[in-house]
Amino acid sequence: MNKILELSNLKKYYATQKAVDDISFSIEKGSIFGLLGPNGAGKTTLLRMITGIFYPDSGDIRFDGKTFDPENDIIKIGYMPEERGLYKKMKIGEQALYLAQLKGLSRSEAMTKIKFWFKRLEMETWWNKKVEDLSKGMSQKLQFVTTVLHEPKLIILDEPFSGLDPVNANLIKDEIYGLAQRGSTIIFSTHRMEQVEEICDHIVLVNLGKKILDGTVANIKQQFKENKFAIQLGEVPANLTAASFEIADQKANRLTVKIKEGYRSNDVLQHLLQQNLTIEAFHEVLPSLNEIFINLVEGTRATSRAFQPVNP
Amino acid sequence: MNKTLLIIQREYLTRVKNKRFVLTTILMPLLIVALIAGTTFLSIKGKDERKIAVIDQNGFFKGNIKSTKALAFEFPEGVDTSNYLQKGYSDILLIPKFDSTGKMNYLIRSKKRISITTESAISERINAAIEDNMLQTAGIDKAQLDSIHVQSQYAELKAVEENGEGVKESSAGLSYGIGFGSGMLIYITMFIYGAMVMRGVMEEKTNRIAEVMVSSVKPFQLMAGKIIGIGAVGLTQFLMWIILIIGLTTAAQAFVPHDVMEQVKTLQQANGQMPGGGMAQAGDAAQQIYKMQHTFSTANWPVIILCFIFYFLGGYLFYAALFAAVGSVVNEDPQDAQSLMLPITMPIIFSFIIMTNAVQDPSTPMAVWASIIPFSSPMVMMARIAYGIPGTVPYWQLGLSMLSLIGGFLLTTWLSAKIYRTGILMYGKKVSWKEMFKWAFRKN
Repeated sequence: MNKILELSNLKKYYATQKAVDDISFSIEKGSIFGLLGPNGAGKTTLLRMITGIFYPDSGDIRFDGKTFDPENDIIKIGYMPEERGLYKKMKIGEQALYLAQLKGLSRSEAMTKIKFWFKRLEMETWWNKKVEDLSKGMSQKLQFVTTVLHEPKLIILDEPFSGLDPVNANLIKDEIYGLAQRGSTIIFSTHRMEQVEEICDHIVLVNLGKKILDGTVANIKQQFKENKFAIQLGEVPANLTAASFEIADQKANRLTVKIKEGYRSNDVLQHLLQQNLTIEAFHEVLPSLNEIFINLVEGTRATSRAFQPVNP
Repeated sequence: MNKTLLIIQREYLTRVKNKRFVLTTILMPLLIVALIAGTTFLSIKGKDERKIAVIDQNGFFKGNIKSTKALAFEFPEGVDTSNYLQKGYSDILLIPKFDSTGKMNYLIRSKKRISITTESAISERINAAIEDNMLQTAGIDKAQLDSIHVQSQYAELKAVEENGEGVKESSAGLSYGIGFGSGMLIYITMFIYGAMVMRGVMEEKTNRIAEVMVSSVKPFQLMAGKIIGIGAVGLTQFLMWIILIIGLTTAAQAFVPHDVMEQVKTLQQANGQMPGGGMAQAGDAAQQIYKMQHTFSTANWPVIILCFIFYFLGGYLFYAALFAAVGSVVNEDPQDAQSLMLPITMPIIFSFIIMTNAVQDPSTPMAVWASIIPFSSPMVMMARIAYGIPGTVPYWQLGLSMLSLIGGFLLTTWLSAKIYRTGILMYGKKVSWKEMFKWAFRKN
């Protein structure tokens, strides 16, 4: 049993919309999992069901091999919502201590861990400051610490890098890798596709409350590749045409070609060689997740969905 | 540690450690005591002392008009309207010769304006003197007259009420004071602490703390922790006030001259009578202090304080849950809170109005029913309890009122918890009362 979380046929309907409509997927232990989707796709509802805030209307959540029991499993989960939630008037140290104790740590245990993390993220001098005195990035760091402090098995991060400068973003990124290595599973929810590509092993894309994509980043890219190749030639002849491909884009001596049905990349190379052209570079162009995302989501009335009534 | 306890602890400590809390807690009783001490001091010491020179053409008033330290009448030679100020008099009273028509105009001249009370005191004394004069001319001799005056002063109204074992002294004035005071206190605290709960919930919602919190604790724990924590703050404040007021009044007694306190003690031992003579022997100040202490002792303080704590807590819990529900549905805009609060503040204000009537007449059907219905019972019942249990408030009414208040706050908490649970995580949408009702009454 190496799945930390298994969702099957999860449904949650609100009066005016189907927020989550029959979603199933599972997450491997120790992996970094990306949950993607446009605004209002149902991500937050999904996450709230996983964190035990909402009960699903139907379907089944299994956590660590057993039926999810919010009451007891919640302390094994760390949730960092998209909007930062901290008491403005409270001192940083007290706040961290309070949240850690609510997660079931004893006072002394919490103290040791806070000191460890504060030192690690260079926050030791903050203890007596108030949250309202912190910059956005600083409170982000604090929120991150309070989320992972109790060493949860499952860490859910909603847009963890927003508001962070590159140095601090890298710091947090390294911590995320470190946490995954030490056995925590991370669910990573974001719109920033380049981050997903960089960090995540496995992604699920939801739209309109339904899962529309599920797989590893590499597999999905293969699945959506359009047989495009980038070619760099020493010199581009005036009219370069062949049965095997068509030029999709050209910038000086760099071409992007789309290989036609029934041909392989070798056919293109062969053609170019026959023409006696100098081939400086030749490689496959895989679609970015961003393109895949936009392709799949565009035109699905995703943005106007909140106002659609449920069809009976 | 239990999570709800942790929340209560945080809510309590952050507020109690707040400078504003410490300030209001200390300043409030200081203010009240300063007010009481100030007025008492003024009434004892700072009386407008007037020395009046009397020019009496009849020669009668000398020896017959009552002269006291505060209002002294003297009959000096060689003083007239031109020089009375230089001779050390504050006023000069000119009394014309009696004539047969009886109607006479007295003239009092002064530099310092005479207050309305002093004016009536002067005319009262003149009239008394004239009355004496007439009685004497009618044939009653001076000794007889004096003894009549002394005896007539003994008449004093003492109200007693029936209770189980016998009769007990009571004071309508004190009951009114206690009833109105405690009703007023409950009214103010309901608003202060209710609004505190609402603002706390709004803070958690708009700062998105709620979302972090509900991933660790149940929404109900969060709400209950806040309500209980703030309620404990209120109780602490009351306790501090009571301690401070008792301490300060004890300290204030130190300023009363020693011999006056001795007299008060003797009065207490002798149950209001000076040994070997009438009350007249004890000083004015001593008598006032004794009277005040005596009147205070007629109230059933333990019962009143216990009931006050019960009704404060009950009323607070009843309304705090509703305030929490409103706080949970408000978004960034505080004006939303204003309009949503109206249905909660209306019954509170209405109860206050009923309370002001009930404290004057505690047995009207309106007062009785309002003291049983949980919406208004905390204030109205306190107003009635001051008039005595079981005299004015029978036990069955008290019991029914308490039970319905407990039932009431359980109900409002239960309904509010449902609204709160949905509202606290709902953003961007303006919620109406209709929707809140829907949330409150839907199943699960």
